[in-house]
Amino acid sequence: MAEVTKLVHKYLRHDKKFPHVWCPGCGNGIVLGAMIRAIDRLGYRKDEIVMVSGIGCSGRLPVYVDFNTLHTTHGRALTFATGIKLAKPELKVIVVMGDGDATAIGGNHFIHAARRNINLTAIIINNNIYGMTGGQYSPTTPYGMKATTAPYRNIEHAFNIAELAVTAGAVFVGRGTVYHARLLDKLVEKAFIKRGFGVVEVITHCHTQYGRRNRLGNAVAMMNWQKEHAVRVEKATEMSAEELRDKFTIGVLVDRELPVYTEQYNLVRQQARESIGR
Amino acid sequence: MARRRKKRPQLLQGNEAIVEGALVAGCRFFAGYPITPASEISEILAYRLPQVEGTFIQMEDEIASLGAVIGASLAGVKSMTATSGPGFSLMQENLGFACVAEVPCVVVNVMRGGPSTGLPTNPSQGDVMQARWGTHGDHPIIVLAPSSVQDSFDLTVKAFNFSERYRTPVIVLSDEVVAHTRETVLLPDPEEIEVLERITPSMPPEWYIPYEDTSRGVPPMGIFGDGYRYHVTGLIHDIRGFPTARADEIEPFMGRLFRKISQHFHDIQIVNQFMTEDAEILVIAYGSVARSARRAVLDARGKGVKAGLFQLVTLFPFPRRDLEPFLRQVRAVLVPEMNMGQISREVKRVNEGTTRVLTLNRIDGRMITPQEIYERLIKE
Ligand SMILES: Cc1ncc(C[n+]2csc(CCOP(=O)(O)OP(=O)(O)O)c2C)c(N)n1
Ligand code: SF4
Ligand SMILES: [Mg+2]
Repeated sequence: MAEVTKLVHKYLRHDKKFPHVWCPGCGNGIVLGAMIRAIDRLGYRKDEIVMVSGIGCSGRLPVYVDFNTLHTTHGRALTFATGIKLAKPELKVIVVMGDGDATAIGGNHFIHAARRNINLTAIIINNNIYGMTGGQYSPTTPYGMKATTAPYRNIEHAFNIAELAVTAGAVFVGRGTVYHARLLDKLVEKAFIKRGFGVVEVITHCHTQYGRRNRLGNAVAMMNWQKEHAVRVEKATEMSAEELRDKFTIGVLVDRELPVYTEQYNLVRQQARESIGR
Repeated sequence: MARRRKKRPQLLQGNEAIVEGALVAGCRFFAGYPITPASEISEILAYRLPQVEGTFIQMEDEIASLGAVIGASLAGVKSMTATSGPGFSLMQENLGFACVAEVPCVVVNVMRGGPSTGLPTNPSQGDVMQARWGTHGDHPIIVLAPSSVQDSFDLTVKAFNFSERYRTPVIVLSDEVVAHTRETVLLPDPEEIEVLERITPSMPPEWYIPYEDTSRGVPPMGIFGDGYRYHVTGLIHDIRGFPTARADEIEPFMGRLFRKISQHFHDIQIVNQFMTEDAEILVIAYGSVARSARRAVLDARGKGVKAGLFQLVTLFPFPRRDLEPFLRQVRAVLVPEMNMGQISREVKRVNEGTTRVLTLNRIDGRMITPQEIYERLIKE
């Protein structure tokens, strides 16, 4: 058996009814692959992993894999994950969200989870659109593009998810694409081992909804676009603003140390016990 | 907690008694967002929970609060949140999630005047129907209404027991008067209190079918991290927990959701009866209004009117079976409430024209006094 096939068998749920819900060519499977490879390399036990998602095409990711899995409400995945992590800090809690999920309806939870530095990994699959509901514009739909709810053009300005995470206080922030698969594997692994709130924004394509409406071609064409427009953060520092105008950076945007919530709360508990003389 | 163990009278307010009840029941996780008149519950638990290895967190809003509570419960910790009307509205989406995914949790709603920001510091019973039907979709729910400080303690323990036993969210519907009244209560020794734990799977993990029907209708609950890996979702799911759109899987699932509550009505439906045996006119009341009603019944009896009080402790599932015999016995029932008639609708529904249903409503942020009820009793 090829290595990939072996991994698939090791982690996919065998009692789950297949096929999956995604369109052929969707990038979500690549993201799931990167997560499974990182989990395998790091040697995590299946029982210690909780995979939590919101609602959307991206939200369907956990159902296929053999971990403790939780498919929450739209935008709220991080809140459920916060409860799990605080109740059982020994669990490895991984949260998967869509762009709408994480930055529209769940935007408030996202910035606060980052600010608190809760020990979680957040993987945000950014396809610039509401995929599941049929191609309405999201907070990351670029200015001027079309969506079912922006039939003329989108006049809102897009969030830069990774930079939002940096500003909100995340201790690790990476951005990758589904085209740069090897980099994505590395970013996901780094985020998993990071103590504190780690974020990986994954730029991907929704050729079915976003691509078709904006004449961006099929999945392959859209992945080529990723290849041509992504610039390594290291290289970007040497480039002019003009050169970077229609580009986005990939790689590690931030990797820093800040006190981790669960550890801090343990100190609070100690203080509380001492206050009552225990 | 050690210093509270001794059984001696304590002067507590309703919100404090809720905290004591929660801690005795084994609550070790609380997530909340400040709101009057429920804030004391958060404040005291922020102080107490870390003393007993528990966790308190103030979330960014009430949606997040209930999300975190559900997450903690899935990880095996008894969990609670507390709020008031505006926050309760925000919790409705995740409340439905807890119903469908069958996650035990307790939600305290200390009612204040509404709608909207309403009357933050005034009493009301305006959220009765929100507690029953607030979340979307057809679902059963358990709602308990304390009328005193003692009740606040007892019913919080009960709420945890019901939620664990039936794997369902339970709402403690308090009101501003009960929450802030100080009364002397005698809290029982923790050893004397019945505390129930959820049933967890005992079979080998490979045999575990997470949403399989049982005789009680409540499947054992796998705890995240304990070796029973399964899928939890707000989508309607098959017995393995996977989303389904098949009618032959939806129907048994929804059926079980209702049946696990209806099959245990005798356990869940709590009422307190006072002078009802020979009553000719019955007051049906709950929450702080039941206190006024009790006084009014005594006064009416003093004037020779055969009045009685039927206090609803469980509001939902509505204690229909206990009430029905009285509807045939009395010449009228009077339902006083601090809303425009939310429980009286339920009474009329089960009454089906058997007796006269009279209402007494106040929505001006004032309590219903014993005098008001008394005057109606002697007039009828
Ligand atoms: C409270 C609520 N509002 C709206 C929806 C409908 N809804 C489902 S998925 C979705 C958007 C998904 O977009 P995104 O998060 O970007 O995920 P994608 O499908 O693109 O992966 C919406 C609006 C919902 N499920 N819940
Ligand atoms: S609609 Fe878009 S995001 Fe959803 S599965 Fe299809 S390609 Fe993927
Ligand atoms: Mg999207």
